[in-house]
Amino acid sequence: MVEHGDIRVVHRGGSKINFRKPVITNDSRFLLCASGESVKVFSTSTEECIHDLRGHTDLVTGVLIKPSNHLQAFSCSADGTVRLWDFTDGILIKVRLLPSIVVCPLFQLVAVHLPQSGDQLVEARELSAVLTGISSNPAATVFGRGGEYIASANGLQLEVYFFKKQKAYRFSLKEDNKKGGKNTFTCVACHPNDDCIATGHEDGKIRLWRNFNHKKEYTYSTLHWHHSAVSSLSTNLLSGGIESVLVQWRYNQENQRDFLPRLGAAITHIAVSPDGALYCTSHSDNKITIIQSCVKVSAVIQGLVKGESVGTDLMIDPRSKSLVLNGKPGHLQFYSLQRDKLLYNLDIVQQEYIHESGLQQFEVVKAAFDASGNWLATVEERKQKGAELELNLKLWAFDEQTQSFVLNTTISAPHEAQITGMCFSHATDSQTTMLVSTSKDGHFKAWQLAAQSQTDADEGPSWSCDFVGAYHGLVPECCSFSADGSLLAVSFQEVVTVWSPASWELLTTLSQPPKAIRNLCFGRLSCSKYLLGTTDSNLLCCWNLLTCSLEWSTSMDVSLLLADPLSENMAAFCCQAGLFVFKPSEPRPLFSQKAVCSGMVTRAVFAPREEMLESCEESSQWLNRSQLYFLTQYMVNNTNRSAVKEKKSLVIDDSVAMTPFYLLLGKHRQQQQGGDDPQSGVSAERTPLPQGSVAIKELLQTPAHVLPSTSFLCSMFVQSLLISVTDSREESKHAEEEMESEKEEEDSEEEIESSRTRPEQQAAVGGGEAAESAAPAMTKAQVRELRRVKKLDHSWLAGLLDS
Amino acid sequence: MASFKPTKIQVYPKLGEKVTQDTLYWKNYKAPVQIKEFGAVTHIDFSPVAPHNFAVTAFTRVCWHLFVHIYGPFSQEPVKTFTRFKDTAYSGRFRSDGQLLVAGCEDSVVRLFDVGGKVALRMFRGHTKAVHVTDFTSDRYQILTGSDDYTCRLWDIPNSTELNTYQEHTDYIRCGVTSKLNRDLFITGSYDHTLKLFDARVDRSVMTMDHGQPVESLLLYPSEGLLVSAGGRYVKVWDLLKGGQPLVSLKNHHKTVTSLCLSTNGQRLLSASLDRHVKVYNTTNYKVVHNFDYAASILSLALAPDDESIVVGMTNSILSIKHRKSPEESKEISGQQRRRPSYRVFVKGKNYVPKQDDYLVSKPVKQHLAKYDKQLKKFNVSKALDTALETWTRHRKPEITVAVIKELDRRGTLNNALAGRDEQGLSQLLNFLIGNLVDPRFAPVLVTAAEMILDIYHSVIGQSPVVDRQLLRLQELLEREIDYQQDLLEVLGMLDTMFASALPRKEVPCSGASRSNGLAQGEASTSRAQLQAT
Repeated sequence: MVEHGDIRVVHRGGSKINFRKPVITNDSRFLLCASGESVKVFSTSTEECIHDLRGHTDLVTGVLIKPSNHLQAFSCSADGTVRLWDFTDGILIKVRLLPSIVVCPLFQLVAVHLPQSGDQLVEARELSAVLTGISSNPAATVFGRGGEYIASANGLQLEVYFFKKQKAYRFSLKEDNKKGGKNTFTCVACHPNDDCIATGHEDGKIRLWRNFNHKKEYTYSTLHWHHSAVSSLSTNLLSGGIESVLVQWRYNQENQRDFLPRLGAAITHIAVSPDGALYCTSHSDNKITIIQSCVKVSAVIQGLVKGESVGTDLMIDPRSKSLVLNGKPGHLQFYSLQRDKLLYNLDIVQQEYIHESGLQQFEVVKAAFDASGNWLATVEERKQKGAELELNLKLWAFDEQTQSFVLNTTISAPHEAQITGMCFSHATDSQTTMLVSTSKDGHFKAWQLAAQSQTDADEGPSWSCDFVGAYHGLVPECCSFSADGSLLAVSFQEVVTVWSPASWELLTTLSQPPKAIRNLCFGRLSCSKYLLGTTDSNLLCCWNLLTCSLEWSTSMDVSLLLADPLSENMAAFCCQAGLFVFKPSEPRPLFSQKAVCSGMVTRAVFAPREEMLESCEESSQWLNRSQLYFLTQYMVNNTNRSAVKEKKSLVIDDSVAMTPFYLLLGKHRQQQQGGDDPQSGVSAERTPLPQGSVAIKELLQTPAHVLPSTSFLCSMFVQSLLISVTDSREESKHAEEEMESEKEEEDSEEEIESSRTRPEQQAAVGGGEAAESAAPAMTKAQVRELRRVKKLDHSWLAGLLDS
Repeated sequence: MASFKPTKIQVYPKLGEKVTQDTLYWKNYKAPVQIKEFGAVTHIDFSPVAPHNFAVTAFTRVCWHLFVHIYGPFSQEPVKTFTRFKDTAYSGRFRSDGQLLVAGCEDSVVRLFDVGGKVALRMFRGHTKAVHVTDFTSDRYQILTGSDDYTCRLWDIPNSTELNTYQEHTDYIRCGVTSKLNRDLFITGSYDHTLKLFDARVDRSVMTMDHGQPVESLLLYPSEGLLVSAGGRYVKVWDLLKGGQPLVSLKNHHKTVTSLCLSTNGQRLLSASLDRHVKVYNTTNYKVVHNFDYAASILSLALAPDDESIVVGMTNSILSIKHRKSPEESKEISGQQRRRPSYRVFVKGKNYVPKQDDYLVSKPVKQHLAKYDKQLKKFNVSKALDTALETWTRHRKPEITVAVIKELDRRGTLNNALAGRDEQGLSQLLNFLIGNLVDPRFAPVLVTAAEMILDIYHSVIGQSPVVDRQLLRLQELLEREIDYQQDLLEVLGMLDTMFASALPRKEVPCSGASRSNGLAQGEASTSRAQLQAT
């Protein structure tokens, strides 16, 4: 049974695909990679995600193709299970539970005997420890030469264990810090059919070990190209590191190398397909690159990139309706929420990225779209130790031909200090577009698109500073334009100043001591006369701009305040991840929930829905037009995992396709279940009437073999055409009407129209009525239908539902 | 694999004037023809009829140049010279039919010449001092003269008799102009700071305007509603129809304005001054739209009909003539640029349109990188800096050098690139710093580089006299710059005080309500409406 007003948080994607080494299937057609709590199957040629293998309840920590059947794959997870999948069909075959291991400080490599069994759920009990004290990095442990031995490196020690001899050899290196060299092992790879182990080291060296089955007579040779740690090695002697250059060494001709430079970000894993035709590298920016063996990039699978901080807030591109935030260093990413796919990266900084640790890079820290999506403003900054802050404000115009943003104006050093806030004027009808930026240097500046001058016609219009404002030398924090663009509110610590952008007059000041303003937001639509602000002293204030006075205030520790661009609703996130949705004009919140997720909500955004929902539920009505997405940051297994989550009302209508069959049957199911408790059953019914009549038309056009029996459909169909005056009369007429033929259908079309409008009126009036009309949305037609349905025999349907 | 992104060369806004329609128009003149005269050129007048000859009055003679459209030695040599002057000649002017020429003289005699002849046709005697002003009236039969004896007179040409004498000015009369529409009206300007409008039908002036400075030049608009006068550093425009009301006062020169001139269509006003500039004003808003620089103080200025040439006479007795470029000529230059062989080689075969059954082999577009970019791509940082410091780049495109230094700094390798240089390399680097360090566009980058250079090379100071001298120069430069900045800050402070005292203080309404009862309310549900109580 569905509970009403149940709004639930759904994980929508954006999980890491570079957490573990991806696996290429034997036929090189698919790529499997661990992604959060699921395993994703990508096509290597089209870059599309084909299957999402869901089932694990915790982070997936490894994927492996089953050696005996190359159409099946194992995955292991932090939830203590190993699952076997058929990845071409996306079906779970087996689940094996591993006994929970006592938490110990050292990682142990254990051999697990997988019992052969027909059951889907198998518990493996036989465990035997092979090596103790191995590195937690899976790249530092590898099987060699068809499983004859296993090599594992940790710290300064390499350990090789031969299965047949049941003997382990240990080789140690000296810790060498003289020339900045560090001999710590980072990764290990074994030659597929030769006794040779390659190890990567912290100082960029690669050592090739031979004769390691003797304790004393082992030899190694050293290869050196990388300038910092080798993070990944593969069996074909491919190596990669932070330089983001893939180096292919020739075995036995080590001074010959092939390079694939500028892969975008530091290489974290390298995988090779079994036939050696494809390589794939995963990168630190949540990207998998598929490379053909002739060292040519053939495809790029890009996930949502999350840098150290989401400096640019979450934004929605008004044109593509995609989520926009800063991604790769110096880039802005456009991420499709519907398809969980990165659309494209916009290069903001346009500089060669130097892959070197400890280098200060340009970061995109602020971005803003104007209402129509024609202009994008970005701020990039670079703070170097001992040097001045480098700031650039860039304005991008949308180019219809290329369907992307083109740089229009670069303003270097727009402010003397960091920019704290930026927003465009919202007015869509006005001719001039205006941008306001506030900075820590105590000024806010208004930028305007200058008219095209006559002489330099080859240059288009460009942006220039229109006004510089300050208020008593205080530092401005937030800025916000009213919905019609006629007012600009800028908060200067604890004072909110309201300016007129037309004349740049200071109209009024509002203040709410004693703490600084944290967020500032104008109301929308009918609430546009309200200005909302939150302060550091846990106060949510609402000022009425007509009277210039405080309308109401409440004590609430709000960390984030958002306005839905399509309705009057505002959402406020509290520090303990509580969520309140309210209208500024109404005293009661529309919706409130404590702890929507674990951890603090750092960023959130309202995204408009593609099609409006028609939910009459009061508590979920605010989600009709837009969805709320928020970004959390919580710790799982010592890895930072980011996830874009969505608040979504749990309505069946959402999850099941709207077919005519569903409309009829789905309704029944609810009514049947609610049969014992008519009250709840009545209110559960929320199939909207207007859609019903559309469905009737569809019903007549749907092929007969997909429909339920005619006797079942007929009565309901006819009933939906009825217009009732009173219940008693309707009852008596009932028999006659059932006999009516379908010829009269055309005639009654108009009547349906009129009956459709009625429930809405009733719903509007019936708000304050008593228990009898507890569900005001239910019309008389619906009541009648309900009674009819109760009389009908649904025994055949019950069996269908149970199965 | 992404391609290498080349170093971004910052585009700085062009300093100096903007390119406007006016600058394009007024720059479209050839290199000036310079003619050495025998003395300071005091007056130039164009003949109103074609071929527009012009009379140049210089020292004791009136020369007469032929204006031609074709280049040739003609314009270099005077076509005709009148030398029958005992002393310095002044104000040689053509009659409206271009047949007669009148000139005043230091010896107070006014002479009238036939353009074809050599000997004076008439001599008008009557003035007691030098005559600086001569002009024909619009009926072509009378002559107006103005003299240093404070009088101006009207003469009849056929009878060579004096018609009238006006003795109203109290100082030398140095300029005058007759109306082209009314034969009886003329205006004179004098060193007594006044402009007087005379009517020949009455015996005295009908209008007097005070210029405030000794008047040097006068000009009537073609409509004759507006009068322009130049005197001192000011150019003033008077509305004659409103009874001599001053309309605009322009102060764009910093020395005495000596000559005025109007472009043919009446849209632009030109003024020449002793400060060696000719300024062009827009006559609708009286803004300076263009500026010509000359080598010496300018005494006289004239513009040929259709602005075909600008003739300027200077105190160093040089006459400078600028001819307008013909349309073919200006077009030819741009055509030549387009036909450069390198471009032809570049497009060779590129504009071939493939036929329907052609098999197309696509080739990746080769990315062209500058030399320093190629070196940066290979991480040859020192070489890249050397390339950017090559003489041509360093002098002509300092922004490229600065951009490369900035890029190296961003890569964290500027220290490596700057280190390890010999005396020559270091002095080259220091030379560049001395030249560009105080440029506000480059200062943030170059200051970092300068600090690094000092850190790296402070141990070798004293080993090379060349480097030491340059370091001292750098130090001097910085000290001067610091003083300069301090002065600027002081001026800024003064301006701030002045503005603060000058602007009226505006009271911003501040809501008292929000102050009084902010914290009292606990819940949003109860706080509405109650808060209105102030």
